[in-house]
Amino acid sequence: MSGKHIIEISYLDKYFGDFHVLKNINLSVAAGEKIVICGPSGSGKSTLIRCINHLERHDGGDIIVDGVPLDDKVKNIDHIRSEVGMVFQQFNLFPHMTVLENCTLAPVWVKGIPRSEADALALQYLERVRIPDQADKYPGQLSGGQQQRVAIARSLCMQPRIMLFDEPTSALDPEMIKEVLEVMVDLAEQGMTMLCVTHEMGFARRVADRVIFMDEGEIIEENTPTAFFDNPQNERTKLFLSQIIGD
Amino acid sequence: MQQVIKWSRENLFASRMNALLSLASLWLIYVTIEGVLSWAFLNASFLGEDKSSCITRPHGACWPFVTAKFNQFIYGNYPAVEQWRVNIVFALGTLGLSLLVAGRINFKKQLAVLMLTAYPVLTFILLSGGLLGLSYVETNQWGGLLVTLVIAVTGIVVSLPLGILLALGRRSELPIIRIMSIAFIEFWRGVPLITVLFMASVMLPLFLPKGMNFDALLRCLIGVSLFASAYMAEVIRGGLQAIAKGQYEAGKSMGLSYWKSMRLIILPQALVISIPGIVNTFIGLFKDTTLVMIVGIFDLLGIISFHFTDPNWTSPQVPITGFVFAGLVFWVFCFAMSHYSKSVERRFSVKGESK
Repeated sequence: MSGKHIIEISYLDKYFGDFHVLKNINLSVAAGEKIVICGPSGSGKSTLIRCINHLERHDGGDIIVDGVPLDDKVKNIDHIRSEVGMVFQQFNLFPHMTVLENCTLAPVWVKGIPRSEADALALQYLERVRIPDQADKYPGQLSGGQQQRVAIARSLCMQPRIMLFDEPTSALDPEMIKEVLEVMVDLAEQGMTMLCVTHEMGFARRVADRVIFMDEGEIIEENTPTAFFDNPQNERTKLFLSQIIGD
Repeated sequence: MQQVIKWSRENLFASRMNALLSLASLWLIYVTIEGVLSWAFLNASFLGEDKSSCITRPHGACWPFVTAKFNQFIYGNYPAVEQWRVNIVFALGTLGLSLLVAGRINFKKQLAVLMLTAYPVLTFILLSGGLLGLSYVETNQWGGLLVTLVIAVTGIVVSLPLGILLALGRRSELPIIRIMSIAFIEFWRGVPLITVLFMASVMLPLFLPKGMNFDALLRCLIGVSLFASAYMAEVIRGGLQAIAKGQYEAGKSMGLSYWKSMRLIILPQALVISIPGIVNTFIGLFKDTTLVMIVGIFDLLGIISFHFTDPNWTSPQVPITGFVFAGLVFWVFCFAMSHYSKSVERRFSVKGESK
């Protein structure tokens, strides 16, 4: 079993002070699998994926990423972070660097790739997110959708095996959501392992192998997208779906 | 001409009240400028070997005092035959700084490193001597602008890196480092600089073992540097706090180590935000150097006021002229710093930010 799974989470517990934010989470992700995680705000979905690259420290249970246990060993954390890319809701581009510098920073300083090689790599990924002509601009000069695509390219430049998306389209104007989702669909089709926290149900139907519904720190329901949307089992899932589709 | 009339109608004499205020302001400006000009030029004395010419012109500046004492004001009691060493230090410093500030050269980074490493060593060797056949000049012979600049530049150069480390330490997740940084900052910030200088010059020798004694100027340099570092730390901490949490997280998520993400992501942004506060601290430090006077070190202001007591120059206008001269010199340096900081801010301002 462990041979196939690139992420294994078992009995995961996490507290913020007294607040039990993740309760006994078990989740295994196969290489190449695409998982969409949804749920009401405060359900712990962002915290769950932030635990996978140790932006949040978990309090109990185990997380094993690509065979490496995520504990407090700096070496293991660094290794996992170089294999796992993350895209944030607020893009989090570095405003004092050009788009190209944003993309080459980690390859040069973490992996030690020569700058010329890193530049070539970055341009290749900027091409893939369809903004090669913006390489010399600063993030502040781009639209939100373009910034988020740069952020995706920046993560890809580390050539990760897993990509985490934390509500990547929630901070975008409606007309820009599509361009970001298209890039994400491309990425999915090329076989990337992806965990996406998102409420874009169209994206989930099209791309996801599994949809996971979380509420109050627990996984309430998980299923294939078709079964999940057309035939939800749990009352809380039904309520949630009626609310987001009701919009 | 017509435009001038039109402009003044609109801006100076638009209403009766407006006209009244404009006239009052113009009168005030005239009175001030007239007073300053007649004191500094019309009623001033310019030539003379001693106070005699100044006493005959009791309502104007006594510039001969400044010209006669100029050498002491710059070098203190630094031996005249060795003053070329100070001049080399001044010239190299000015050259290096102006190249760094204004020059369009492509070896700026190397020059900056040189100015921060080789230049201080060279300065030390040249100024104090005792090496390479240079005669030894004790620091109690140093004085005037030389001492002011030595203290200010040392304070500035030491306080910035030390302040950065303290600011990072204060935000560290390691309790020992955090507590030590807080203790350091709060101690030095809570004590007046005068007390620090007194402690350094009077108390410290009491605690040191007999026979061990280090230079008075050096003790002041250490005191001033540590004092300024505490202030600098808080200014930079303000900049660090202005950086969004997402910037730290983005760095972490890409696998950058703490020091790399500080150096490449956080500090470049935080320092630019902190420029006004940093320059404020530099300027404050520069002016605070005058306090070393009370522990017997003669900085620019100290040596000027010391020469008020010269019996050849006892005239009521001498102290006024001396203080005005000191003020002018300090103003030139402080204004230059403030002016330069503006251009630095412009150069590093983030592109495309709507402000």
